[in-house]
Amino acid sequence: MSYVDYTYAVARIRAMEMTLFSSATIEQLMAMKTYENCLQFLMERGWGDNDTPMNAEAILAKENEKTWKTIRELLKDDQQVLEVFTYQKLFHNLKSAIKESITSDSHGNIYFDDCAIDGKEMARIVREREFEALPEFMREVAKEAYETFLHTRDGQLCDIIVDQATLRAIYEAGKNASDPIIKDYAESTVAVANIKIAVRSQKTAKSLEFMKRAMAPCDSLSIDRLMMTALSGVDAICEYLAGTSYAEGAEALKESPSAFERWCDNQLMETIKPQKYNPFSVGPLVAYVLARQNEIKTVRIILTGKLNDLPEEQIRERIREMYV
Amino acid sequence: MGNFMDNMGIVFALLGAALAVILSGMGSAYGVGVAGQAAAGVVTEDPSKFAKVLILQLLPGTQGIYGLLVAFIALSKMGLLGGGVQEMDAATGLLYLAACLPIAIVGLVSARYQGRTSVASIGIVAKKPEQFGKAMLFPAMVETYAILALLVSILAVSAL
Repeated sequence: MSYVDYTYAVARIRAMEMTLFSSATIEQLMAMKTYENCLQFLMERGWGDNDTPMNAEAILAKENEKTWKTIRELLKDDQQVLEVFTYQKLFHNLKSAIKESITSDSHGNIYFDDCAIDGKEMARIVREREFEALPEFMREVAKEAYETFLHTRDGQLCDIIVDQATLRAIYEAGKNASDPIIKDYAESTVAVANIKIAVRSQKTAKSLEFMKRAMAPCDSLSIDRLMMTALSGVDAICEYLAGTSYAEGAEALKESPSAFERWCDNQLMETIKPQKYNPFSVGPLVAYVLARQNEIKTVRIILTGKLNDLPEEQIRERIREMYV
Repeated sequence: MGNFMDNMGIVFALLGAALAVILSGMGSAYGVGVAGQAAAGVVTEDPSKFAKVLILQLLPGTQGIYGLLVAFIALSKMGLLGGGVQEMDAATGLLYLAACLPIAIVGLVSARYQGRTSVASIGIVAKKPEQFGKAMLFPAMVETYAILALLVSILAVSAL
């Protein structure tokens, strides 16, 4: 579609952005005394609907559903734009199906259904080892992860094989996309994931071999240097990051682990923020979906904190930056 | 050939008037159309902003009116409106054509750009309706160049 074809959709999104939570609204939510007050506050703001029960999961799931419904309605025949955002769920389903079919344990619902292959179908494909039914970019990795888990029963190894394939698939989709926002999303997601892998591998003293299997190449970072720095220590990682466009990540890393996690999510918000001033193209629609997910995540963090009586500073440290 | 060209005067003149209406009308239709899509998007979510976005939608519509105005003056000077068509040589016909070109071409281009600026301004109204005055100024700036072209077209057609 040409970029002006989204004019109606972008204008509608602009109007809907008015109802996104700003930092001030998040402050108000934080100021609520109890978990119940928080739920009340959300309901008053139009979260959930009349049939939604008064509990956090139901309300948040309803909001997620509303977002996807609106975006699907606005995109009509152009749904493939959103596909890259469901890759993580799709590959999660693969991991779950492999583990479930080999260990034959049942752990309730461990699948996501709002992606190209839902849980039931994925479980069937893996059980019958019918990997040709998967999209092309998943076939090889599905086989490899299945064999690996079958022979080694090493869940982590299976996970990193699938996770690396996820990152590669996202990056590939970004490279092939014509919309700059998808490229930016892919670059930012993969780079941040690599940094996370480096930091966690450093903390758990993982080998170079492990990191090689987990990281996916991207343009804004050299993963070879990142792996080397992860072997030498957290200061080396910070030093390397300081010279890249992810310098703020180094600051956050020095501050605390949760500050670093928050920075990882904020990085995505930074990537999509320019879309607030873009009157055309699919960019603002994609940005809205990501902003909504970020908002729902932040609200979940606050609600969980309130439910478990966490001190305010601990919740505050985890609050993500808002899009509006 | 000479005789044929002598009779072409009125054809060139009429072509000029037609282009003034066609091109500026095309530009305005695009501009009002694209701004209308954005306006509809905002009204879907917030019908109370209807009046404000309607004004922004209509701004790129003026070029079409300017084209019509120039075409009217040209047609009346040619005598096509009164019924008595004037004898016109090819050179005069081409002069009419040239006189109509500014509003025809500038009308087409400026209306398209004004439409896109209106879309962006409708975005301002969607988020900050109190800034409507400022939002209207951005597309209005584009109007300047349509008015300049209108002025030159009118002066030229009137002087013929």
